[in-house]
Amino acid sequence: MLLWGSNAREAHPIYFHHLLKGIGNGATMYAVDPRLTSSAKFADAWLGLNVGTDIALANTVANYIIANDLHDKAFIDHSTTGFEAFAASVAPWTIEEGARITGVPAAAIAEMAHAYATAEQAQILWTLGITEHHNGVNNVFSLCNLALLTGHVGRWGSGLVPLRGQNNVQGGGDMGSLPDKLPGFQDVTNPALRGKFEAMYGCDIPAEKGLHLTLMFEAMGEGKIKAAYCIGENPADSENDVAHARKLLSGLDMLVVQDIFLTRTAELADVVLPASVGWAEADGTVTSSERRVQRVRAAVPPPGECRHDIDIIADIATAMGTDWGRPTANELWDELRQLSPAHAGMSWDRLEAEGGLQWPCVDLDHPGTPFLHGWLWADDLEGRSPAPFTVVDHEGPKEQLTEEFPLRLTTGRALDSFNTGVQSDGFASPIRYGDALDVSPTDATALGVSDGETVDVSSPRGTVRMAIRIQPDLPVGLAFTTFHFPELVDINLITSDEWDRQSGTAEFKAASIRIDRLENATTEGAPVG
Amino acid sequence: MADLYVGTDTASALEIEAVDAVVDASQGPALIQETERLIRGGKRRIDERRQHLLPCLHALQRAAGWISPGGLNYVSTQLQVPPAEAYGVATFYDLLRTDEPETDGDITHVCVDVACHIAGGPDLLAQLKNDGVAAHSSPCLGQCERAPALYVQGRNQADSVAADSDPVVVPQLGDPTLKLLGRVGRVDPASVESYIAFGGYKALAKAFTLGAPAIVEEVAASGLMGRGGAAFPTGVKWRAVAAESGQKHVVVNADESEPGTFKDRYVMENDPFAVIEAATIAAFATGASKGWIYIRGEYPLATQRLENALAQARDIGFLGDNIARSSFSFDIELRRGAGAYICGEETALFASIEGYRGEPRQKPPFPVTHGLFGEPTAINNPETLLNVLDIVLDGGAEFAKIGTAGSTGPKLFCLSGHVAKPGVYEAPFGTTMREVIDLAGGVTGTLRSVLVGGAAGTFVGPELLDMPLTLEDARANGVSLGSGVVMVFNDETDFFPVVERVAKFFRDESCGQCVPCRVGTVRQHELVIRSKGTFSQADLTLLDDMDQVLKDASICGFGHAASIAVRSAIALGLIGTEGAGQ
Repeated sequence: MLLWGSNAREAHPIYFHHLLKGIGNGATMYAVDPRLTSSAKFADAWLGLNVGTDIALANTVANYIIANDLHDKAFIDHSTTGFEAFAASVAPWTIEEGARITGVPAAAIAEMAHAYATAEQAQILWTLGITEHHNGVNNVFSLCNLALLTGHVGRWGSGLVPLRGQNNVQGGGDMGSLPDKLPGFQDVTNPALRGKFEAMYGCDIPAEKGLHLTLMFEAMGEGKIKAAYCIGENPADSENDVAHARKLLSGLDMLVVQDIFLTRTAELADVVLPASVGWAEADGTVTSSERRVQRVRAAVPPPGECRHDIDIIADIATAMGTDWGRPTANELWDELRQLSPAHAGMSWDRLEAEGGLQWPCVDLDHPGTPFLHGWLWADDLEGRSPAPFTVVDHEGPKEQLTEEFPLRLTTGRALDSFNTGVQSDGFASPIRYGDALDVSPTDATALGVSDGETVDVSSPRGTVRMAIRIQPDLPVGLAFTTFHFPELVDINLITSDEWDRQSGTAEFKAASIRIDRLENATTEGAPVG
Repeated sequence: MADLYVGTDTASALEIEAVDAVVDASQGPALIQETERLIRGGKRRIDERRQHLLPCLHALQRAAGWISPGGLNYVSTQLQVPPAEAYGVATFYDLLRTDEPETDGDITHVCVDVACHIAGGPDLLAQLKNDGVAAHSSPCLGQCERAPALYVQGRNQADSVAADSDPVVVPQLGDPTLKLLGRVGRVDPASVESYIAFGGYKALAKAFTLGAPAIVEEVAASGLMGRGGAAFPTGVKWRAVAAESGQKHVVVNADESEPGTFKDRYVMENDPFAVIEAATIAAFATGASKGWIYIRGEYPLATQRLENALAQARDIGFLGDNIARSSFSFDIELRRGAGAYICGEETALFASIEGYRGEPRQKPPFPVTHGLFGEPTAINNPETLLNVLDIVLDGGAEFAKIGTAGSTGPKLFCLSGHVAKPGVYEAPFGTTMREVIDLAGGVTGTLRSVLVGGAAGTFVGPELLDMPLTLEDARANGVSLGSGVVMVFNDETDFFPVVERVAKFFRDESCGQCVPCRVGTVRQHELVIRSKGTFSQADLTLLDDMDQVLKDASICGFGHAASIAVRSAIALGLIGTEGAGQ
């Protein structure tokens, strides 16, 4: 298992149990992460690469595999295209060059490459350490290349595993909350697919791709978006360069927020619609990272004026002149099954009886699909085109370290908190340390700051005031903090404003910062260590 | 696993040095920072190193006199063992303390168990304390022939037993019929050349020509039964291990802790190479490549002799790769216990070597399939293994002619208490108890009782003096020979403190895993104290009930045997009759 850019132990604690089971059964785990995370402490080896050098590392691994003839030539011939160009593109990435750029010792890169290529089954698991970069999509491609190179994809036990951040992120995308997809990942620009929906709903559906979140904010800035309906999202805390985002939200003609708490975004809204809690007060389904659709059931009624999301939306439809009635979750699900082939076989009864099903599940006799891309191994590729290698080049973070901003800041999660804290700040936790900025003991000494000291942390976009936590698990030159406590520290005031043009994801993982002691701080502070 | 929550206490330089010495001599720490950007760890490394926990704790105890919080944190970090688990292990053993020691020097342990009790052990302890010596009472130290016994736990130096520097006493020296003790007192226990001169390693050479399957069959044909107390057929055990595949182990169970037993110590001190040769044959016969000797922590001389013997055997190629230029490779690691009777139970012993609390495991699965580290294991007592040398040299049939049909071969008996010449005596199975006691010069005074089989054994009266000492005769008389303890009491013995001590022994030594045993042994001890030696019918009923519950609900033999001696003492009238109490 290559756990790459993921601190699953804290961010995906349930999933991490499955990793631990694998480790217990003898699996080897390499953790690739700039930080010695608590997940990395369970790894056979931790490879601490420089922030933003994932492609450099992946290309080095690829070159090592090719140079040592460890690649799966039969699979490459049969199931992929573009190998020669890819091999040529990674040829300059000797392990020495990879070590120079990534900071990981050459021998360790070679060892991981060898282990990955020669394992009977191997997986690459990643999360935001890969995607929250200005070139996040290319980062993902670089990992996909490794799987194509070794045939570790489309087989039981092998694969590419992006871990979803919440229990139903997958379900959200499945249901069409993407700018270019209808439910069931059906392309909105495809007239035939779009036509199915239009026939069912008796209306025209815009044929163009919509905007993703980052572009929506750009469109707000350009005055092209004047109203927003925000359901269960708190962009006024979670966006990068957040001061700018708040300004845009405040400038809308109309902002409607539907949430279970009065979030900072809700505070900016013209209308707030109190909603119900998905996992406790509503019937429906969630879909996990492994595409498993599972039933959830209401245990308690929503309190006060809170209402089910379905009812709120149906009433809005009524107010807009269309009577949808009051559909139940089951009725909506059956509607989806008529439109989305991947879900067609998942009757409510089957979901209940079989403990969930993994899509695609095309009819009532289909057992569900434990892993995807099995067609890569079919003699005829099931009529599909071979999977292409994608040539990607190392770029590094957009924001370079400078004399003025010499430290690298990366943000992430802690075990006991969730996102912007909307749902987790309401309870106390004995292991929560709040708003501190982690720095290595070496940097702390160089800066003359002591553990617990309050400092100013500045990037080219702004300054926040926060406490220092000296953290021996961090390499020199790297600072880390969570984004869980926007009320205490508005960390997204200083995070990078760069984002990936392909995915719309912001580069939360790489900003350049400076730490300044406060003017009244004594130079002979508490001992550092 | 990893990501430990280690407290803030730090280790002293001395403690760090002690732990590092153990860790560096084995596989290194569980977590290695190779560069600022590369750390090696992982479950495999951590699992492999767990077995070094007890040796590390021994090292801390010797260096600092206790397992300090800082020392515990350091060893936990080096081996990546959760501190709570390491603490659980440290508190399991008598020789490891987690309270600050009262002295910077050595600690003297004074045996107050049965044989030493009647020889004045408690008085000696009181006197030493009075003289300002840092002294503690101890369960049986396995030196019953020297009662009252002492053992000194060294601080920054090796442990010692003063009597070890005395010349070895061999009452049967020169007896040509001796099989097991034939070399004792004649061979130089520190010299492999001397051992070879006395016929050593002939059996191994013959074993190589016989081949493994033939050895197993010879051992089966010999009728050899385990000498540790359970009397399981050795041939059956070996056959089962030989049938398994993969990594296999031979373990020498030298955790001789049954009160009244000191035969294995005697053999290991005076003929250590024989134990190693026999273990090597066991490994060859069963296909094991790893050997272990788990010796009780209170045996410094036997430990030192075995360590020396292992090193010499390695030097001349009788241990290690390609033994005696054969294709057979085998080596033995020596591990010290730390004062826990229960670790003589085979599965508890495995847990102890593995670095866990020495708690027995449920059986089945048995050690022959799931033993040390869950791998197939042949575990035998040193005395049992010694017999194998003669079986290989003379053949199983010849061996079976010694003793009786049901109990073949020679047996070592541990004579202690009120006999003229206490010590270890060899006699064939079938020798009567009277004859064995006469070997030791007879009873001093008038015989009142014999404790047969140790603390887990039975008090019997003079009417059994002519019982042949065989497994079948013992069984017919409702007793167990156990490990060969014959502890003699004359009619001047005050039995109440003796029985109270036996009850206390079981209370102290219960590992606590099974609730009936943990609670029952305490209730039994309390009841004995409360009775002051006179038992009501209700007391007797309660004792019987507890015995039944412990037999029903304990997973190991400890609970099953916990009240045999107490109840037999009452049945025999040693306590509980008018005038016997106080």
